Amino acid sequence: MNDMTEPAFSFDDTSEALIPAIIAKYPEGKQASAVMPLLDLAQRQMARQTGHAWVPRAAMDAIARRLSMPSMRVYEVATFYTMYHTKPVGRYHLQVCTTTPCWLRGSDEVMEACRKAAEADGETFSIEEVECLGCCVNAPVVQVNDDVYEDLDGPRTEDLLDRLRAGDVPPPGSMIGRQNSAPEGGPTTLFNVGGGKQEGGAE
Amino acid sequence: MLSDRDRIYTNLYGVHDWRLASARARGDWDGTKDILARGRDAIIEEIKSSGLRGRGGAGFPTGMKWSFMPKETGGRPSYLVINADESEPGTCKDRDILRHEPHKLVEGALIAGFAMGAHRAFIYVRGEYYNEYRNLQAAVDEARDAGLIGEDACGSGWAFDITVHRGAGAYICGEESALIESIEGKKGMPRMKPPFPAALGLYGCPTTVNNVETIAGVATIIRRGAAWFSALGRPKNSGTKIFCISGHVNRPCNVEEELGIPLRELIEKHAGGVRGGWDNLQAVIPGGSSVHMIPKSVCDTVLMDYDSLREQRTGLGTAAVIVMDKSTDLIRAIARLAAFYKHESCGQCTPCREGTGWMMRMMNRLVEGRAEISDIDLLEQVTRQVEGHTICPLGDAAAWPIQGLLRHFRPMVEQRIADYKARSAARLAAE
Repeated sequence: MNDMTEPAFSFDDTSEALIPAIIAKYPEGKQASAVMPLLDLAQRQMARQTGHAWVPRAAMDAIARRLSMPSMRVYEVATFYTMYHTKPVGRYHLQVCTTTPCWLRGSDEVMEACRKAAEADGETFSIEEVECLGCCVNAPVVQVNDDVYEDLDGPRTEDLLDRLRAGDVPPPGSMIGRQNSAPEGGPTTLFNVGGGKQEGGAE
Repeated sequence: MLSDRDRIYTNLYGVHDWRLASARARGDWDGTKDILARGRDAIIEEIKSSGLRGRGGAGFPTGMKWSFMPKETGGRPSYLVINADESEPGTCKDRDILRHEPHKLVEGALIAGFAMGAHRAFIYVRGEYYNEYRNLQAAVDEARDAGLIGEDACGSGWAFDITVHRGAGAYICGEESALIESIEGKKGMPRMKPPFPAALGLYGCPTTVNNVETIAGVATIIRRGAAWFSALGRPKNSGTKIFCISGHVNRPCNVEEELGIPLRELIEKHAGGVRGGWDNLQAVIPGGSSVHMIPKSVCDTVLMDYDSLREQRTGLGTAAVIVMDKSTDLIRAIARLAAFYKHESCGQCTPCREGTGWMMRMMNRLVEGRAEISDIDLLEQVTRQVEGHTICPLGDAAAWPIQGLLRHFRPMVEQRIADYKARSAARLAAE
């Protein structure tokens, strides 16, 4: 994948339809603020068109023209933030968190399973060791494209990767059936609120 | 223990629908027009007397922060910016608000924005929270369609709109001026202060940056009254807080509790206790990765609030409690955090850019023990040279975890070095 020549880029109809609303989210004359959402849009278009989410140089130039800013300013932003890929990634980009809260709960095993999968099939899987994903009470976690899979261990990660390989993308969230961030086995709070209002002031 | 009827986040776990109809049934957007009708000063007074302090880590009094916004702006707009760039290791509280209680945030943004004279708020959501962003954006759109925000928000005559901006993977953007730079379409590099954002913030306009949890609690505090909120918790540490309990506990979780709850009670009541029992506890990082760790002897009695933790020379931070049992290699745990700060340093200030890399390399050597005893003092000195010598607090945040380790567990580090030397000597003797 890495020796791909730099492709040409222009926004397709799907992307074009979204651009005016993105720019309009920011005050008039402040369209440079749209550089981040447009980089994201370009990356998603590449994923749609080629199966690999990344931002080629030509896309950065297209964004610079669209927002009337120097290309260098777009390159700076594209290379500062880790979520913009300046090289193609796999169909499933595995972002394995190994920061301390995930490490304490066994992210080494998750990393190992993901590393093996990416080594065996780099077209399908790419791997990136990432910093804290902000899902620490469901550690360890791996983010696959936009979705986070939580409460993993080695075998559960291997199952997840098998399913992805087969094109059977599981719903994101806890892989042991937890209710989001509630304690495993059920919450210790919020029994008496139902779906209703809470009334009253100080007691 | 906090009673369920005093919890703000009744849908913390996403048991109920997060959309407008369900949020309204749970009490959101109830009488918002009447709240606005009280006027700007009355709202700020109510928040001041509630004792609400910022929930993002620094703990600055919220009402006072709002009152710094100038009333005369020379024609410039004022902005409310909400920091949802939650990235402090251990912290995942705002995530639950964004995905399960987005209307609390949208309503709070309107009230806070009105109180500081802002017609527009920006909510900066970390890029990795894509599904959370989608819920929040949908809630903003629902609120606009229902006339709760927009040209005439809630029929109050106040125009107010919200722009949700996604980050793209940079911890530093959680620092308020870096976050502002990022919204402006630049690299997330912190600005020198002064000028402070209230004078010269986003697009050069008066700006207040608040954490998600700070803003999301505002509507409930005003509806139920400052007296209700300030009766919870401890003096100067009032109200409730979402705690994130991770690491070596039997049932890691998020939970909303009263400030001032004993750490031990928090862990045992809600997180199923320490793995292997309380006596198997080695240390806790009580407020996200940036604060000093505390050993079990402190954990036995410490209360979880801003001032109690400060007395122990650590901090409440984001209230992210990282629990480490006796099986944990604490040196490696801190070395991993040193790697985190090295990765996240924006590179602008030399002490942080060079210091975080140096501290990481030294910590990695200490994991093996491949160092001299005098290197411990050298490392300690380097943390002091980084701390306080940078534009933003990332340098401090990188220094503190190492200082905490050395303060409480220096004998462990010395032992590691001695063990390495003994092994090397044995190897040499065998050759």
